[in-house]
Amino acid sequence: MLESITENLTNAIGNITRGKLSEGNIREGMGEVRKALLEADVNYDVAKAFCDRVTEQAVGDKVLKSLKPGEQIVGIVYNELVNLMGPVDHSIAIRRGETSIIMMCGLQGAGKTTTCGKLAKMLMAEGAKPMLVAADLQRPAAIEQLKVIGEQVGVPVYWEEASSSTPVKVCQNAKKAAKQQDCNVIILDTAGRLHIDDSLMKELIQIDNKLMPNQVLLVCDAMTGQDAVNSAKAFNDALELDGVILTKLDGDTRGGAALSVKAVTGVPIKFAGMGEKLDLLEPFHPDRMAQRILGQGDIATLLETA
Amino acid sequence: MAFFGKLKSALKKTKDVLRTDVRDLFKAGEILDEDKLEEFHRGLITTDMGVEAASEVVESLRKEFGGRTVDPKAIWENVKETLKLILKGDGSTDWDPDNPVSPLNMAESGTTVILVSGVNGVGKTTSIAKLANFLTKANKKVVLAAGDTFRAAAVEQLTMWSQRIGCEIVKKEEGSDPASVAFAGCDQADKNGADVAIIDTAGRLQTQQNLMQELEKIHRVIGKRIEGAPHESLLVLDATTGQNGISQASKFSAAANCTGIILTKLDGTAKGGVVVAIRKKMGIPVKYIGVGEQIDDLQLFSPDDFVEALFEEI
Ligand SMILES: Nc1nc2c(ncn2[C@@H]2O[C@H](COP(=O)(O)OP(=O)(O)OP(=O)(O)O)[C@@H](O)[C@H]2O)c(=O)[nH]1
Ligand SMILES: Nc1nc2c(ncn2[C@@H]2O[C@H](COP(=O)(O)OP(=O)(O)OP(=O)(O)O)[C@@H](O)[C@H]2O)c(=O)[nH]1
Ligand SMILES: [Mg+2]
Ligand SMILES: [Mg+2]
Repeated sequence: MLESITENLTNAIGNITRGKLSEGNIREGMGEVRKALLEADVNYDVAKAFCDRVTEQAVGDKVLKSLKPGEQIVGIVYNELVNLMGPVDHSIAIRRGETSIIMMCGLQGAGKTTTCGKLAKMLMAEGAKPMLVAADLQRPAAIEQLKVIGEQVGVPVYWEEASSSTPVKVCQNAKKAAKQQDCNVIILDTAGRLHIDDSLMKELIQIDNKLMPNQVLLVCDAMTGQDAVNSAKAFNDALELDGVILTKLDGDTRGGAALSVKAVTGVPIKFAGMGEKLDLLEPFHPDRMAQRILGQGDIATLLETA
Repeated sequence: MAFFGKLKSALKKTKDVLRTDVRDLFKAGEILDEDKLEEFHRGLITTDMGVEAASEVVESLRKEFGGRTVDPKAIWENVKETLKLILKGDGSTDWDPDNPVSPLNMAESGTTVILVSGVNGVGKTTSIAKLANFLTKANKKVVLAAGDTFRAAAVEQLTMWSQRIGCEIVKKEEGSDPASVAFAGCDQADKNGADVAIIDTAGRLQTQQNLMQELEKIHRVIGKRIEGAPHESLLVLDATTGQNGISQASKFSAAANCTGIILTKLDGTAKGGVVVAIRKKMGIPVKYIGVGEQIDDLQLFSPDDFVEALFEEI
């Protein structure tokens, strides 16, 4: 993963470090960094702001006159990348004595249903008793899918006939059912929806208002391009997100969405989906992601030859 | 013209983004300077067409009009022309807009086999249902093969669609070899004299070598049962996908020799511009676009309309 952005950034910074460092070639090199970020699907405005910030710091006297200016710039780029994606709070607050509610939302096919199962598994390992709630009454076999996943994880699934219920009703009844079955967390699997679909966004807001979840999590596909910020922003405006879960990071996507979403919404990325299996959910680490982006090994060799 | 209207509304958001930027940009009589070109570059990048394609468009503007007084009409003609040329490629996309199944390569005789693949959650199963609906309406007998034997309830999902459409479906229990399901699908389609067999496959990331080999095997096995199959190998691509779409297209093509793309979820605000880069690099044409979750939310892709709708009224 992230090889290409690494390569591009490395080349760009290589261009800066190899020659003599001047304000002029820092700005030029930053143009390359920006291009690399755009090719990694970082949102245009985020990439621009990023490069402006780095340039501002890098053209300072301190850097130009320092012994190893190249190293300093790499440090600045790295720190800014980390700052963009962090800080992260990996906790999922569980209320004592009452039912905690986690609501998942996101675009179609992002990985919500799968991630519900992964979260349940993770919470179970922490001693919680989760229940999954089938609040997607829309997609063919969505309920069936959650039932299978619930069975695989070993947690109860609350569901109602799609034809005779509504998502809000299902969620409300699930809360009661959870009490009866001694479950202390319910995870709501909502239907995928476009952020510009007003009626479906209203439905989410309704669930949010009626159930008052303590965690609203946006599930976001790591392969998303420039549009990641638009949808994340719209979901955040509607629901005040508590966190983002970035899925499908197991592929070779350069993952620019990770940079963009946090920068634009201010909502932290809490977890990363690393595969289809239900144990493949990891805490998201901005520093690791930034290191991966920069490819520390390459940077080191590069600085030696600089 | 109905579908053009719908395409336009699906792409309206795209237009809005570009229009607001660009209307202020290219005003008659003003000089086309670097700031304007840069701002236009930004607009193009937000379509996900990629740095290379966007730079090419901007470069052609710079060469043609840079430093001169703006003639908005000439500029738009130039931009549209560049994009249309890329999307049309060698001109193999001149299918009949009134015939929704005309982009499909059909077998000379016997059963036509369509293989559908793509990464996870892009809309493969839904698009198959939509295609089957097109074909059924065109009086073709369709058999679906539930080749996703991995994902929870994937078979149930395709089964529900087959019931709604009223077409046959071939399935085996969860966990069975997808290639054997594909084979069985072709077998039943051939024996029952079906016109078309459509094979669903599990979502897979293009970096998962074992799963890509599995796809290769499915592709191979189909060809063993029906000569020349698959006649059409469709890659489903999510319009929200960024530059990773290029890697998807190249690796899925290597495994399944893709002959066309279905670009889904164009009803959102994503522009799907990565297909421009894919067409440029690999020559795979977009054949259909998905504009919703319902059965008839599939449209024939038209490069002209796509580009026109993108930039209309500007
Ligand atoms: N490789 C990979 N695949 C994933 C990951 N998370 C989910 N998937 C797959 O992505 C596809 C879609 O996942 P779902 O959980 O059904 O997505 P969803 O958001 O619930 O979809 P809708 O309910 O239709 O909107 C499935 O094939 C999943 O197996 C991940 O982290 N990595
Ligand atoms: N808005 C919109 N949603 C779509 C479109 N096509 C598919 N979807 C939705 O996207 C989600 C995923 O669709 P599927 O057909 O299950 O995708 P898939 O590629 O088969 O998924 P896996 O088999 O899990 O890899 C579902 O919620 C569909 O309703 C489209 O054109 N527009
Ligand atoms: Mg779901
Ligand atoms: Mg599917």
